[in-house]
Amino acid sequence: VSPRTAVAGRRGRAFVVGVAVLIAATLAGLLVGPVRIGAANVFRWLLSFGQTPSGMSEQEALILAELRLPRVIVAGLVGASLAVSGAAYQAVFRNPLADPYLLGAAAGAGLGATIAVAYGPTGAIDVTVPMAAFLGALVGVGLAYGLGRSSVGGRGATSLVLAGVAVASFLTAVQTFLQQQRSETLRQVYTWILGRLGTTGWDDVWLALPSVVLAVTSLWVVRRLLDVIEVGDVEAQSLGLNVTRLRLLVVLAASLATAAAVAVAGLIGFVGIIVPHTIRLLVGGSYRSVLPLSVLFGASFLILVDLLARTVVAPAEIPIGVITALVGAPFFVVVLRRSGGSGGLKERARSASGNPPEGGRAA
Amino acid sequence: MGRRRTVLVTFGLALSLVSCGSDDDPDPAVTADAGGSPSPEAVRFPVTVEGTNGSIRIEQRPERIVSLSPTATEDLFAIGAGDQVIAVDDQSDFPPEAPTTELSGFEPNVEAIAGYEPDLVVFATEPGDLGASLEELGITALQLDAAPTLEVAFDQIEQLGLATGHVEEAEALVADLRAEVDDLVAGADRSAGPSFYFELDDTYYSVTSKTFIGQLFELVGLENIADAAGKGGGGYPQLSAEYIIEADPDLIFLADTECCGQTPETVAERPGWDRITAVADGGVVALDEDVAQRWGPRVVDLLNEIATAAQTAEADAA
Repeated sequence: VSPRTAVAGRRGRAFVVGVAVLIAATLAGLLVGPVRIGAANVFRWLLSFGQTPSGMSEQEALILAELRLPRVIVAGLVGASLAVSGAAYQAVFRNPLADPYLLGAAAGAGLGATIAVAYGPTGAIDVTVPMAAFLGALVGVGLAYGLGRSSVGGRGATSLVLAGVAVASFLTAVQTFLQQQRSETLRQVYTWILGRLGTTGWDDVWLALPSVVLAVTSLWVVRRLLDVIEVGDVEAQSLGLNVTRLRLLVVLAASLATAAAVAVAGLIGFVGIIVPHTIRLLVGGSYRSVLPLSVLFGASFLILVDLLARTVVAPAEIPIGVITALVGAPFFVVVLRRSGGSGGLKERARSASGNPPEGGRAA
Repeated sequence: MGRRRTVLVTFGLALSLVSCGSDDDPDPAVTADAGGSPSPEAVRFPVTVEGTNGSIRIEQRPERIVSLSPTATEDLFAIGAGDQVIAVDDQSDFPPEAPTTELSGFEPNVEAIAGYEPDLVVFATEPGDLGASLEELGITALQLDAAPTLEVAFDQIEQLGLATGHVEEAEALVADLRAEVDDLVAGADRSAGPSFYFELDDTYYSVTSKTFIGQLFELVGLENIADAAGKGGGGYPQLSAEYIIEADPDLIFLADTECCGQTPETVAERPGWDRITAVADGGVVALDEDVAQRWGPRVVDLLNEIATAAQTAEADAA
């Protein structure tokens, strides 16, 4: 067996495992919840495509159709978006600590949501807050990209990241000032920042789906080029790659996905870093594997984390942002120790040493 | 019916008189430096009052009071000390004649407070060490934290009466409030009351019966669906939507009409919520969320609103 077919075989197996895990996570998300619904009923409901099968109460069917199913779908979309955006950012910024919020998306979304809560029409908060967060995330990244690009002698990735830090700090300061002026909004903004899947419905699915599909498809198309740009701007340029254009495309796509994720779920940290790195450690560093597997495992990870969020202290809930780090961090450390830091992380860390560490994550 | 109600009121009054008379707690109004019973015209100063920040000695009748707590503001005006209040914080919006200023109770600015040259500052919970900072400037500061029970809320009114020279008015107010509470409690059917869900915000944060507001519902015999989620302590659990639908409460009380723009209509539009008994039978009650977050005299109005809703729900069920 030639090495090439061996790699392809491993990638294929990983892909099959990823799909299987996603299906299992989705089923678990539908089967388990604060309200006990028998497994047989859930499967019969699935097989009857939304009709209420006999022997099942209207209420159970309602809970599955209107609450659990959209929530599982949104968790999957958000997890996939954050993981794939994080993976793409780590490539184009050559920074292992890059996450989807690197260029001011989180700070922009936070400011947008705060403005909507404090000054928006009181009757329409369900609609205005996600929209404002979505726009805020795009404005934040837009500012960072514009400023980073136009800096004198712009040095590509580094100046973008630095501009992102500055923009994030500035937007966070404005947000804090507004919150202090309108202290009655503090609680609502805080709840939103901790992440909210508890009120998810089909509205959120339709809000997130188009952006996520567009962004994931775009990143999928350029997945091979990410391996090239990771070598270095000059080297990639000499191989005929338009580095600036590729970076812009990745920033656009990742921002779109991140903005959609933030709009429906609030700020959920950590997913964008640990999912891509875990995949690199387990199956190697090529983006032909990392990108599609990030979609599959990112979705599965967040579906399972949300499952914990709504069952551990049922019938109460735990903010999902708390669990991603609480479960994710120890899991990641285990993977890191088992693999002995191989699988591309070392090289990545070395090539990133010229870049500033952690970007402007808004707290 | 009218006769029965009169009997209940009388019974309630008698109960409240008994509970006043048999109050074994060392009453600061009596143990204070004032000594003996204060005359109706003038309370003799100095007095010592009990705040969350310990025993506070007040040398003279305060004439320049700054209140940084909406509850204390309501208390002060209700006991006739409103004339002595020169400034209240930006959240103190009741009664309307309260002198609302830019001062913040959440992020208090000691210089701005001192600028009013107050002789007494009343405040509730705040993150820093406001009391000590004011004491350093020679300003008497009285901290009255959020009350955990009705008794503590009533005690705070009496402490404010002592602190401002309105002991009699404060005692009369508390006696009235007790009588109304006893009346409402006596009128409630305690056996298998209707169930309810209390909504703090639009992400389904609620309160258990351990909280101040939760106790009010318990008093009139309502069954709190959030108590099942109270194991973790805290008293303010975030409930799962599917649990609320399964619990199928008879009543829903909204304390998020202002913060989050929620109304009985928006609740009915939530996925799956239209089948909840409270939504289907018009049992969604929009509360004044300011009153629901304070522990001042208007808490009795809130209790009345809750008791009325409970009676309506019981009548519907019957």
